[in-house]
Amino acid sequence: MNAPVKTPEERKADLQGMGDSRLRKEDARFIQGKGQYCDDIKLPGMLHMDIVRSPVAHGRIKRINKEEALAIPGVHAVLTADDLKPLNLHWMPTLAGDVAAVLADEKVHFQMQEVAIVIADDRYIAADAIEAVEVEYEELPVVIDPYAALEPDAPVLREDLQGKTEGAHGPRDHHNHIFTWEAGDKTAADAAFDHAPVTVSQHMHYPRVHPCPLETCGCVASFDPIKGELTTWMTSQAPHVVRTVVSMLSGVPESKVRIISPDIGGGFGNKVGIYPGYVCAIVASIVLGRPVKWSEDRVENISSTAFARDYHMDGHLAATEDGKILGLKVDVIADHGAFDACADPTKFPAGLFHICSGSYDIPAAHCSVKGVYTNKAPGGVAYRCSFRVTEAVYLIERMVDVLAQKLNMDKAEIRRKNFIRKDQFPYNSAFGFEYDSGDYHTALEKVLDAVDYKALRAEQEQKRADPNCPTLMGIGLVTFTEVVGAGPSKTCDILGVGMFDSCEIRIHPTGSAIARMGTITQGQGHQTTYAQIIASELGIPSEVIQVEEGDTSTAPYGLGTYGSRSTPVAGAAIAMAARKIHAKAKKIAAHLLEVSEADLDWEVDRFKVRGNDEQFKTMADVAFAAYQQPPEGLEPGLEAVHYYDPPNFTYPFGIYLCVVDIDKGTGESSIRRFYALDDCGTRINPMIIDGQIHGGLTEGFAVAMGQQMPFDEQGNLLGNTLMDYFLPTAVETPTWETDYTVTPSPHHPIGAKGVAESPHVGSIPTFTSAVVDAFAHLGVTHIDMPHTSYRIWKKLKEEGVQL
Amino acid sequence: MAKQIVKMTLNGQQIEQLVDSRTLLVHFLREQMNLTGAHIGCETSHCGACTVDIDGESVKACTHLAVQCDGSDVKTVEGLAEAGALHAVQEAFYEEHGLQCGFCTPGMLMRSYRFLQENRNPTEDEIRLGLSGNLCRCTGYQNIVKAVQSAAIKLQQKESATA
Repeated sequence: MNAPVKTPEERKADLQGMGDSRLRKEDARFIQGKGQYCDDIKLPGMLHMDIVRSPVAHGRIKRINKEEALAIPGVHAVLTADDLKPLNLHWMPTLAGDVAAVLADEKVHFQMQEVAIVIADDRYIAADAIEAVEVEYEELPVVIDPYAALEPDAPVLREDLQGKTEGAHGPRDHHNHIFTWEAGDKTAADAAFDHAPVTVSQHMHYPRVHPCPLETCGCVASFDPIKGELTTWMTSQAPHVVRTVVSMLSGVPESKVRIISPDIGGGFGNKVGIYPGYVCAIVASIVLGRPVKWSEDRVENISSTAFARDYHMDGHLAATEDGKILGLKVDVIADHGAFDACADPTKFPAGLFHICSGSYDIPAAHCSVKGVYTNKAPGGVAYRCSFRVTEAVYLIERMVDVLAQKLNMDKAEIRRKNFIRKDQFPYNSAFGFEYDSGDYHTALEKVLDAVDYKALRAEQEQKRADPNCPTLMGIGLVTFTEVVGAGPSKTCDILGVGMFDSCEIRIHPTGSAIARMGTITQGQGHQTTYAQIIASELGIPSEVIQVEEGDTSTAPYGLGTYGSRSTPVAGAAIAMAARKIHAKAKKIAAHLLEVSEADLDWEVDRFKVRGNDEQFKTMADVAFAAYQQPPEGLEPGLEAVHYYDPPNFTYPFGIYLCVVDIDKGTGESSIRRFYALDDCGTRINPMIIDGQIHGGLTEGFAVAMGQQMPFDEQGNLLGNTLMDYFLPTAVETPTWETDYTVTPSPHHPIGAKGVAESPHVGSIPTFTSAVVDAFAHLGVTHIDMPHTSYRIWKKLKEEGVQL
Repeated sequence: MAKQIVKMTLNGQQIEQLVDSRTLLVHFLREQMNLTGAHIGCETSHCGACTVDIDGESVKACTHLAVQCDGSDVKTVEGLAEAGALHAVQEAFYEEHGLQCGFCTPGMLMRSYRFLQENRNPTEDEIRLGLSGNLCRCTGYQNIVKAVQSAAIKLQQKESATA
């Protein structure tokens, strides 16, 4: 008996293509302890590196004594800046056009800065030896406050830049000034404010935080002195860029440098940059001719690798009396730490901060960001967000709330009034972005209905009126728009390399496939979702599509995974590569069926002769024929490579609502409800999207409610362990409710916009909006993060709230 | 450094190894026994990525000396599956999308494995508290909680099937 013929719908389901909540391909190894993370790699003859770090935040190195350390059995080398100087590797270029010390050259600029390295037989001996390296410092005055750094008589932090009046991003007007970057039209914005009936201003600090992935940074560098080849396993979100930089720094031809990003235990922006530890391990391997492993510990990770945020922002809105926004002005002092090591596209030293006009139709806008050096670790990466988009969204969402309060308007109403309307897309913002698509009004109403917003407001009113109510109730509402998927190479590059991404697909004779991309998954599930795109495009079951990333020797060049760019850029490259294969497959199918291409229709997994359901060739049939009997004039094989240079960014959006109850006596807060509606355009795997949103919301919760990196006046970081730095456990973490609308991107081949960062970007101002709302009836318009119980308790006391 | 002979049962196998007295269990497992499932996330007992099971208790291997395990029965994530069949907690984490980057997963699984023996029919709050020594940066715990709930049901069904 013949097997029953499957319907097109059944065949489509079998593919597990786009839209399918397919279980993850990568899980099998992780649940059995068989992932391969950087620290799992062990090579014959491998040595271990540890780093001597500065205990002072600003000081001159008077003397380094290696003798005692070198005398410890099992220690192979102790290297300092003086040892790197002959190789010209004691300083390295940053992605932001500055230089950063690899090992401190005469001066240290922040606490925990790298001063020397020790190479030893094992990690225990290396740890002993770093204690034995004696370093004598002459302490210098420390500058922690970026405003103080700009005082005329502030200490000179970067002596290496003294007298340099021009930086990578224009003139420097002070010895601790890095750049001033502006966007928008200042004249138009000033004019809007001059004539506006209503204006509001608010100062806010977005605290310095750290992405703190569970796996710290590390690498295993292995230089083969015979072949002259350097292979390095590295916790990198951008292995191809690292290869280019390593080649430039080391002089090893790029063809002999291989960077492998193995399984990565979370990145969140922390693993974009190139850290001194990587460079030192590579140098040590080249010098000693043996593999060298470096694995940082948690304190090192939080103290010295890339932080995020630290923006001191002044926002101003001008509006009509009925709440229509007329103008926006923003001034930012950006604390970049000791070296400008932000990972932004070259032309954007403040990233895409100029998305700060948000979801609103604002006719005139201007922003100015001033970068400043202080005695803190370098960084300024995008912690689970596109470049500085979190700061921008926080600014505008806070300002719209402040304006609503001034006008005694409801938060939802003021947003409805100012939203960019559906019929205005594509919309050109006052800052020059072209928003691709959106339907904010529909999404907002969906959320307000789902939570019964009116009832929540009624409950709040009742509670405010009741002096015996033990809690303050706050309702937070945020309606954000992100800009992700960097980016069009006409505006976006990293070190001159355009921010395209890539995909190579090879279909094997038996109809299975391997695909490689220039991105690298760190938990997002690329091995699962990328296969789904190919499955839908080519009619091959996703189960037989292998996805490989992260090895620069096999994958095509790409700029990596950060800034929600994998789906918008690499995802598009995948669809386009698949379409090249599809076009060739159609020629082969026409040849096999002896008809013209024009007579063929594509249905799920096969080319059918129009009007004759019995006459068809599946993609698997075509694949075999491509290797066996391609039509004359067509080269054998079935594979394609595509480098996708996006025509525009994508603009995911969302509507988040949060209800918080604050204990009037203790300041403890409880997130009663958090409702998150996201629109990321076309949805590839709803299960994975939900998982990404849960995670992003939890990271947003951490930032808003507890994360900060406080420094004392001596520049000591008072919170660099997991005892002090807040990573929420399952107990504190709220339960999340998710929802969605679908507004595809019109310029993206599959309409997808990217999703994993929206929940982080959108949730942070939502928590602040809710906490401030709890105090709004007392005239409070803003409270800086983090909203810890202690800080809220202090606010309760300040406002005279009685239990 | 003084070395000592340590005998233990590791994932059901009797082993005898010479170890430095200061070697941490997590380094012993990862570097000497090549069992790299237990991960190092903090070295201060906070994150739980190194959680293993010692004599019927969840232990963080990053702050436990290998020599302390002399005579003990130690189980790591590599020993969770038996006779080629995944343990219920492994199945459930896969089915409920209880992991993303996978770095916390071995610790989460080992803690869930022990927790479900301590409490066979837990409430959501009990699960959240029971797993509060294990940090995850990716999932927001929601699907981890679902996975533990699902594993509890699987284990109950298995128990009633063999009863």
